[in-house]
Amino acid sequence: MATLKLDNVKKRFGQTEVIHGVSIDVKDGEFIVIVGPSGCGKSTLLRMVAGLEAVSSGEIQIDGTRVNDAEPMDRDIAMVFQNYALYPHMSVFDNMAYGLKIAKTPKLEIADRVGTAAKMLELEDYLTRKPRELSGGQRQRVAMGRAIVRKPAVFLFDEPLSNLDAKLRVQMRLEIKDLQRKLGITALYVTHDQVEAMTLADRMIVMNAGVADQIGAPLEVYENPQTEFVAGFIGSPATNFIPAETLGDRPAKVARVGVRPEHAVLADAGTGQIQGKLVYAEALGAETLLHLRLQSGEMFTIRQDGTVPVPADGTLTGVDWRQSREISFGSDGHRTPNESAA
Amino acid sequence: MADGMVEKRGVGLWFTHLGLIIGVLIIFFPIWLAFVASTVTQPEIVRPPMPLWPGDQFFENYRKALVSGINAPVAKMLFNSFVMAMGIALGKIVISLLSAFAIVYFKFPGRRLFFWLIFLTLMLPVEVRIVPTYEVVAGFGMLNSYSGLIFPLIASATATFLFRQFFMTVPDELAEAARVDGARPMRFFWDILLPMSRTNIAALFVILFIYGWNQYLWPLLITTDPSMNTIVMGIKQMFPSGDDIADWPVIMATSILAMLPPIIVVISMQKLFIRGLVDSEK
Ligand SMILES: Nc1ncnc2c1ncn2[C@@H]1O[C@H](COP(=O)(O)OP(=O)(O)OP(=O)(O)O)[C@@H](O)[C@H]1O
Ligand SMILES: [Mg+2]
Repeated sequence: MATLKLDNVKKRFGQTEVIHGVSIDVKDGEFIVIVGPSGCGKSTLLRMVAGLEAVSSGEIQIDGTRVNDAEPMDRDIAMVFQNYALYPHMSVFDNMAYGLKIAKTPKLEIADRVGTAAKMLELEDYLTRKPRELSGGQRQRVAMGRAIVRKPAVFLFDEPLSNLDAKLRVQMRLEIKDLQRKLGITALYVTHDQVEAMTLADRMIVMNAGVADQIGAPLEVYENPQTEFVAGFIGSPATNFIPAETLGDRPAKVARVGVRPEHAVLADAGTGQIQGKLVYAEALGAETLLHLRLQSGEMFTIRQDGTVPVPADGTLTGVDWRQSREISFGSDGHRTPNESAA
Repeated sequence: MADGMVEKRGVGLWFTHLGLIIGVLIIFFPIWLAFVASTVTQPEIVRPPMPLWPGDQFFENYRKALVSGINAPVAKMLFNSFVMAMGIALGKIVISLLSAFAIVYFKFPGRRLFFWLIFLTLMLPVEVRIVPTYEVVAGFGMLNSYSGLIFPLIASATATFLFRQFFMTVPDELAEAARVDGARPMRFFWDILLPMSRTNIAALFVILFIYGWNQYLWPLLITTDPSMNTIVMGIKQMFPSGDDIADWPVIMATSILAMLPPIIVVISMQKLFIRGLVDSEK
């Protein structure tokens, strides 16, 4: 296991810069999730660490050694691809053993390592099969096995679960978490699924159009988003944003105010912070999502407990929240410190 | 509906089969005549009507063809043809695999230019460039040699194009996975690309072997020594010039012999060949 350091890493394709400088110090055994919308540069960042894409500027270090110009094979990394990228004509065993064979590992040790990985991933019964004879989840496990047997310094995952159905995704997510605990691996994990990000990450990097908007532990990012983008991207349903001037009584530098759906409650009409009309309510059992249309025409979502009564659609109502829970942003989209916050 | 189908099957099936059988007989008839002609004596052929059933000269005629032939023993010509067809087929496959690999997987200056140059040669059939090619081969002293028969025909735009198309359907991630696994380019080519292309290679081999076997104009031009003749051109050489009498039974025996190797190749590789044409296993 090892440390990984990115120092102001940038990437240009021709004239267009797609990564505008990302820096992070990854500690030994830390699991970092890179999350962000499609096209924000997650894969590109990961591929630069893998050595599949050249670094335009900045520096990447693995275990303190600069690897910018090293071939992937010399970086001591392993990568799990979105489409698994298993060699179709090789058996599961050969797929997992291929990297070791190239490294001229002794046969006995190869058998031993593949055997251990297969056992951990419950693939022992499938070692002689070809990838096309496996289910999606099994293929996924083979791809992981191929990475594990090499005992690399850093694991790289590019949306490894996105091709699986919802149920399998949850199961594999737990398995990855478990594996990470057992092996204590240093990993970079790309996803656009925030649940994956929240549950797997020791720390996460929230990317927005080639910029790392925020780096931090999942709950810290959730509770303290540093930009409007992060506040909107992390959390489901998404944070409500209200122009500060409609609220009055806010510091001049605050442009927009974010309120998480779970922090807002219904109030009597005419009271509370703002007024709106209930458009429809989604009762999900444990919780109910209330969608309101504000006077300004914008939508606002409230998440309330499933046992709290729901007014009829079309009801005019007030919305209230504690001002200390507000997340306020300046006109540049960056956080402004909450003066009232304790 | 179901009844109609069954009825149609009953009668229709017979008609279909009858039609197919008649078709096969019509196509097969000339070959049958050639075979009959190769088992009788010269006077029997010349005297009308032509015999329709095999005579008793089978062994005699074939032995004569194989061992002594007319200009050169047919056994020798068969061997020459075999060397040429194998050389052309294997050579074309190796060269086009490598050039397709280079064009698809490496970024080098002029990559598109080279691809289009190769592609352009598709538009120049052998006949068009035969005179300059002859000049070059003669200059290298390769007349009347196997290398002269094989090398000028080895470059293949068609096969390069085919492999290029196949390689482009192989997901990029596979090459990247191999790279992360530590495979250098030739290792990737050998361990992954080649095994994945094996059905395509088999299909192409059959086609190219027959292409090589059937070469006529080029061997005719560069082999003046009868012992270097290939069988397809050799048959034509057996025709008499001037007033000599053609030894038709031997010529016919040679024709039948000339057909056998391609048939054997097609039949023995049929399974792989059809798989290569129908599906690409990815
Ligand atoms: N080879 C390339 N040439 C030019 N631009 C590229 C290239 N590869 C990626 N890009 C651009 O870089 C940006 C980031 O792409 P990237 O694949 O990293 O996105 P991503 O965050 O992984 O998205 P997704 O979640 O859809 O996979 C995109 O705008 C993309 O168009
Ligand atoms: Mg991606």
